[in-house]
Amino acid sequence: MTAPVIRPYALAPGRTRPQADFRLISVVLACRPVAADDAGMGTQQVQIMRLCQAPQSVVDVSARLELPVGVVRVMLADLAERGLIRDRVPASLPALPDDDTFRAVIDGIRSL
Amino acid sequence: MEYDPYDLPIPTAYKIVVAGGFGVGKTTLVGAVSEIQPFLTEEALTETGIGVDDTTHVQGKATTTVALDFGRITISEEVILYLFGTPGQDRFMFVWDELVEGALGAVVVADTRRLEDSFGSIDYFESRGTPFLVAVNCFDGTRAYAIEEVKAALNLDDHVPVVTCDARDRESVKEVLIGLLEHLLAMRVLA
Repeated sequence: MTAPVIRPYALAPGRTRPQADFRLISVVLACRPVAADDAGMGTQQVQIMRLCQAPQSVVDVSARLELPVGVVRVMLADLAERGLIRDRVPASLPALPDDDTFRAVIDGIRSL
Repeated sequence: MEYDPYDLPIPTAYKIVVAGGFGVGKTTLVGAVSEIQPFLTEEALTETGIGVDDTTHVQGKATTTVALDFGRITISEEVILYLFGTPGQDRFMFVWDELVEGALGAVVVADTRRLEDSFGSIDYFESRGTPFLVAVNCFDGTRAYAIEEVKAALNLDDHVPVVTCDARDRESVKEVLIGLLEHLLAMRVLA
């Protein structure tokens, strides 16, 4: 019998924060440049701050830094709580695109 | 007016899920069109050691890593399309649910040599009402099946598009994605 698998809520020490806010394709952005004394917050957090100087999705951060998505979410939640990054999900969650956007996506794929 | 270097345009992201049985070509398909190397991981905790007998009820937790195919296509400054491959094992269903939530639709990659491997994915999308298209990955020498035969074998509704593709070929994969998007567009007209 295969063991049941559950979502990892507590992968960083002491954290049991639910990660519902950071969906896979939520976009995050740093709130300020990386500072000289940021090294104290941990290598991976600094890497995230550096990466997020431009808008990144949660999965972009995960893939670029080669960290599991769940781990990235806990770190993002931590950085967000400290006011260092912002969750920049567009005002409405990606609803179905309008027809023009659909056609733009189709044309975009065609031109790859 | 203050210049805010962090007041940057945020593109809207859309997702397409790529599903299908083990070894059908999901990774290949995503890689054929993605602008980045397709690889993402998620960790899951497994509860191990359900007690063999009552007196030695040992429980432990082990971390297992799920690998997900992941690709990205930047359509424009305003729009990014992400492709997510579903994990191979059924027990990672919480990952499936999250991948599919808010997705535009799905591609089910099928292998004519093991069509039954597609049933799980098809059942999942049908039960959730997720629009999908079936892409029959044609390995060399297996183009024996007509599309109608595949439709019948998979017991699909008439409106579900079934196309053939070569997951290794970028042009072919582009047509698969376009096929899904055009199907979604057509469905809106009917809705």
